Amino acid sequence: MIAADVTMDSAALSVAVWRGGAEGAYRRYDVPRLPAQTVLDVVTHIQRRLDATLAYRFACRVGMCGSCAMTVNGRARWTCRTHVDVVAPDGELEIGPLAHLPMIRDLVVDMAPLFDKWAQAKGAFAPTATRADDFAKIEPATPARRAIDAAIECIGCGVCHASCDVVGWNPDYLGPAALNRAWTLVNDPRDGARGARLQAVAGDAGCHACHTHQSCTERCPKRLAPTASIAGLKRASALAALRGEIE
Amino acid sequence: MTAGMTAAPAARMTPRRAQALVWLAQRASAAVLALCVVVHLATMIIAVREGLSAGEILARTRGSVGWAAFYAVFVVAVAVHAPIGLRVVAGEWAGLRGRGVDVVLTVLGLALLGLGARAVYAVTVAS
Repeated sequence: MIAADVTMDSAALSVAVWRGGAEGAYRRYDVPRLPAQTVLDVVTHIQRRLDATLAYRFACRVGMCGSCAMTVNGRARWTCRTHVDVVAPDGELEIGPLAHLPMIRDLVVDMAPLFDKWAQAKGAFAPTATRADDFAKIEPATPARRAIDAAIECIGCGVCHASCDVVGWNPDYLGPAALNRAWTLVNDPRDGARGARLQAVAGDAGCHACHTHQSCTERCPKRLAPTASIAGLKRASALAALRGEIE
Repeated sequence: MTAGMTAAPAARMTPRRAQALVWLAQRASAAVLALCVVVHLATMIIAVREGLSAGEILARTRGSVGWAAFYAVFVVAVAVHAPIGLRVVAGEWAGLRGRGVDVVLTVLGLALLGLGARAVYAVTVAS
């Protein structure tokens, strides 16, 4: 439980929240400031105490589900693990929906394009073994396994996608989340779709469009490095192109 | 590829392989340019430090196989690198993509190659 209703003196937060769809506007709310308060706590306070019509999305509240990402003071962040003290020391908050995804209403965006790109990048595991086969034995210290370990903890929050300039410039670009996922599978020796996946992620709308700005890596709340994953894909798919393995 | 997996659909707008190879050409030419630009700038600064006339420069470069080869490589790298970079700029900043842009930029690359080759010829061969 949050330490409810323990206000810090009379301090209040001035919170501008996006209301409406693409044609909406920011509306301002005064929210009491609490110790250890997260941005998600602020949004929840507004929805429960001030304006029940506010639409937003969350589930676990502990940084696992990836559903509460929003734009907070201009940056995409996971709101459940973002402390107000860190992002709004002056008591001013501006909370909007994630960028680069279609707005539905208020703080809710349509995540379907993100996961469609995930599918286009062949983000689904393609098994080669049957249930008659023994378990695959993969040494933890192998470079491929280490590469997977470094990229596998993605929670699909969309912060990297919303932070990527190239996604904004090229709507067809697969984006850091989908490419990071593809990189984990390219390194998986149990997977049987390596060639098709390198084909899917190559080219102008794939990994080769990345400018290595590293906004995804800077803002990933799980501290993953999609930029490094994309660099790996660039090398692997360029090599496949040289060998004529992709079309 | 696993058994039963079919080939990718044939009808693709632009061949992915070509796009990946274009990216590779951009990277490779960038690596060449990194070296060439440093040598070019350092040579210019050092050569003119104590005052050097155009005639004196030409006296050194004309007939020099080394300078001819160096600037020939430089020109080829520029002719490869610049249009590919502009192709990305055109797509991302102006939304200009597709065959028309590729044709225009190929012509630009050839023009850079021609102009550069002419300059290399003038400085290292012509008298």
